[in-house]
Amino acid sequence: MYKYDGYDKKIVLERVAQFRGQTQRYFDGKLAPEEFLPLRLQNGLYIQRHAPMLRVAIPYGMLSSAQLRNLADLSRTYDKGYLHFTTRQNVQFNWPELKNVPDILEKLAHHEMHAIQTSGNCIRNTTTDQFAGVIADEVTDPRPYCEMIRQWSTFHPEFAYLPRKFKIAVNASPTDDRAAVQVHDIGVEMVRNAQGELGYRVFVGGGLGRTPIIGEVIREFLPELDLLTYLEAIVRIYNRYGRRDNKFKARIKILVKALGIEAYREKVEAEWQYFKDGPSKLTPEVIAKFKSYFTEPAYDDLEHNPGALIAQRQESKAFDNWIKRNTHTHKKPGYSIVTLTLKKTGMTPGNVTEKQLDLLADLADRFSFGEIRVAHTQNVVLADVPQIRLFELWQIAKEAGFATPNLGMLTDIICCPGGDYCSLANAKSIPIATQIQERFNDLDYLYDLGEIDLNISGCMNACGHHHIGNIGILGVDKKGEEFYQVSLGGNPGKQAAIGKILGPSFAQEEMANVIEKIVQVYVENRNDEELFIDTFTRIGMNPFKERVYDKTH
Amino acid sequence: MTKLIKDRQIIDNEWTRLAVDFEGDLPSTPVIVPLNYWLAHKEAVLATGRAAVWLDSDQGPEALENDVDKLVLIAINFPRFADGRGYSYARLLRERYGYQGELRAVGDVLRDQLFYMSRVGFNAFEGRADRDLTEAMEGLDDFSVVYQPACDEPLPLFRRRA
Repeated sequence: MYKYDGYDKKIVLERVAQFRGQTQRYFDGKLAPEEFLPLRLQNGLYIQRHAPMLRVAIPYGMLSSAQLRNLADLSRTYDKGYLHFTTRQNVQFNWPELKNVPDILEKLAHHEMHAIQTSGNCIRNTTTDQFAGVIADEVTDPRPYCEMIRQWSTFHPEFAYLPRKFKIAVNASPTDDRAAVQVHDIGVEMVRNAQGELGYRVFVGGGLGRTPIIGEVIREFLPELDLLTYLEAIVRIYNRYGRRDNKFKARIKILVKALGIEAYREKVEAEWQYFKDGPSKLTPEVIAKFKSYFTEPAYDDLEHNPGALIAQRQESKAFDNWIKRNTHTHKKPGYSIVTLTLKKTGMTPGNVTEKQLDLLADLADRFSFGEIRVAHTQNVVLADVPQIRLFELWQIAKEAGFATPNLGMLTDIICCPGGDYCSLANAKSIPIATQIQERFNDLDYLYDLGEIDLNISGCMNACGHHHIGNIGILGVDKKGEEFYQVSLGGNPGKQAAIGKILGPSFAQEEMANVIEKIVQVYVENRNDEELFIDTFTRIGMNPFKERVYDKTH
Repeated sequence: MTKLIKDRQIIDNEWTRLAVDFEGDLPSTPVIVPLNYWLAHKEAVLATGRAAVWLDSDQGPEALENDVDKLVLIAINFPRFADGRGYSYARLLRERYGYQGELRAVGDVLRDQLFYMSRVGFNAFEGRADRDLTEAMEGLDDFSVVYQPACDEPLPLFRRRA
């Protein structure tokens, strides 16, 4: 994984010193709350319902075992012994005290972690496929390119006060889009053109929140060396012309819609001409250098699909299920990519206790070259596990509650912290997740249902990505009471789609029944191997609507 | 007389900024005229021998493209410090139009924005009247390393790394 050099180290430590000074000036009354606000936000610090919330970046989702143990330590010392993995490859402290935050940031910095630009109206942490660098089918490893974007966007002097937040995601898999790039302000899809040259399909103006929009293609093929200059042109046009009079209309998606993609593209291309061959244009040497920061671990030559593994799968149906559901094909023979689910019923999606963090660190050291990855689905990945040791890992993970074999299933719910923690939320989200997980606790039934994304957000800020869940649930406030609106047909991947609203919202206690009825309609209507999303696309909303709102049922 | 930071010195501010809707004859003291006044009365402003113009945050620098050699001072207003349009305007004036004179940040200009402002080409800062300029000046040195090229650094760090 990426290692800081002397420059990176210096920048991060200077940032800690700067924030320590700002916090002190705030306590001394020299910095007004409204002036401190964007400064603390750009250091990941929100003031929440019960306490501040600190959001720490996990670049490309990668954490070393040492970083995990440090996080565990920090959660014991400064928090309540647990942390929360978000949907954007960040980790959040829920109960730090403001006065301790500079110390937390300093201890993070010593382990090459930071909270820079994890919030605020600036360019946020760049996210990518949690399987980057190990999945068999990727066009290239996207992480070196993400790191270029990280360096370009970190403390970019022109773009620290954008109209609104700005999120970039990169995907390099031609078959799947685990980074959901089409619902980002800029989505970068790494592709090869007809000549076999590497480049990018660039999407702009996607996003969730209160106006969910799928991004539009601004560039069908951008040559490899032009990444940073083109991004700079896109963001400059946004900085100049994005709306600043209404924060709900300030995202780039609103500007792109208002101008039309053709006009936006024209402006960007015209701007880009001035500096496309300037000093920020990449060179093959620079790219090679960035690639060298992401070296492969010391893989052994191992037998692929060894006999022992085959035998273990035959002996244990449960193990076989877990292999089928929770592992992916590795580019290296004899290794597998393992996803440890943090979605056991009763566990808050994305939450990890300090003991679990320590255990994950141990598992990383024992099974996967001392590294884990955090997925946007709020699960944890061991990316480099020898197949011969999968059974041993499964037994330990099962004991720890990390091996619920429900990856991609209905109960693998993406969920924001919701009204239990977040001051923005209209409604609680975690009890809804628990209710649904308790209802659908029969694994055989879940397998029969196949892949269904169920996403829950406690408010229209959409941190739980409800718009792109096959089933989306949104917490709404109705005269002071918590209700839940259901949408169907959302899709986060290559065929990105925003879900459509089913109808009037429901009370909390109805939710498991509602989901059950939706699932029944699917089961009754599906053909053979058809997935939920495909059945929905074929039969449309009406059959679902009729069943759910039918008083006779 | 009020003070300001210019080229890392705290000096007297000899300039008065005229209101955005200023009309009539120019005073005899040094003034920074609003863009619209400049566009309407270039000759009169040039006759003072010290032409200076200010842009509001919704006035792009394109209007000054052919005038940069005539101006000794351009000010960019930040009505709120969170309005970041002026950062792009400053870079365009310096990098695209080659403006060499004083580039002054005015309005809601605070210590914690000075580092970024200096990187995009501002060399003068009218700090807000209720803040200490000596303390504010420390903000110019918050960081000693930068990743991106800007007006203070021609090359990105990836071309400077050993």
